[in-house]
Amino acid sequence: MIWSKYSAPQVFYPLAGRLIPWFAAVAVLLMIVGLYMGFFVAPTDFQQGESYRIIFVHVPAAWMSMFLYVVMAIWAGVGMGLNARLSFMMAQAIAPTGAMFTFLALLTGAMWGKPTWGAWWVWDARLTSELILLFQYAGVMLLRTSIDDARRADRSSAVFALVGVVNVPIIYYSVQWWNTLHQGASVSMATGSKMAATMLMAMLIMTIAFWLYSIAVILARVRCVMVERESLPTWDEKPAAMSEAVEAR
Amino acid sequence: MQWGSASEFFAMGGYGLYVWTSFIATALCMIWEVLALWRRRVAARAEQRAALLGGTDETAA
Repeated sequence: MIWSKYSAPQVFYPLAGRLIPWFAAVAVLLMIVGLYMGFFVAPTDFQQGESYRIIFVHVPAAWMSMFLYVVMAIWAGVGMGLNARLSFMMAQAIAPTGAMFTFLALLTGAMWGKPTWGAWWVWDARLTSELILLFQYAGVMLLRTSIDDARRADRSSAVFALVGVVNVPIIYYSVQWWNTLHQGASVSMATGSKMAATMLMAMLIMTIAFWLYSIAVILARVRCVMVERESLPTWDEKPAAMSEAVEAR
Repeated sequence: MQWGSASEFFAMGGYGLYVWTSFIATALCMIWEVLALWRRRVAARAEQRAALLGGTDETAA
């Protein structure tokens, strides 16, 4: 398998275009299944009542916020190492979606915190480190828009993204390292799950759905970025359509 | 199924405000992102088309 073949814009651009509808369709389908399971199959939590159902968006959003940051940093690192424009463009395309999920994790967390802890916000290690993650995404995006030269913007935001990756394990392990108000992990690779099977299933289905959604929107965004930055033809456009347009002029 | 009626479902055991705010906010963010991307794509392609067709636009203006 020659992966470098797919990194050519002429190949990647139409390939991404063909993949988007599939990722989007499966994401919507899984969201419907996940919401059905989350609201109609999963039982009421014996401690938290119905408010726990917020986890069906909160946990997938929080996982995606961290996961997308790592993926963004990896693309930024690959871009630095190989001086590959497409890698930087991938990093650029991931940031807004990652920021959105970070915002949603914080918002839905507040929605859960108010009835459960009696406070929208506490300066607990988990919440604070997640808020810092939001600022990091903002920093990556602002650094890019504040530098006119695209190559310098790529490198500066890549360095910023790579340095900030240390925060991700801090967020993840914060509930173990510090005595946080935020509860510990209910799903752990070491000890398995402490949740009812249907709750866990609904949460995992929603997570996969968010994952596929992210892939779809990131591919769509990287295609926009490619058109905007490369000022090259849109590779999937029929050449005939272009020449017709030229003739019509 | 734990819901006796539709109103019971929407009340979410008294947590309706928090639960529905969370889900609606998430849905709105996703819909907004998709729409914003769609508009960005339309704009990018329009600009591109203009650049391809009107290489002389800048000199003409």
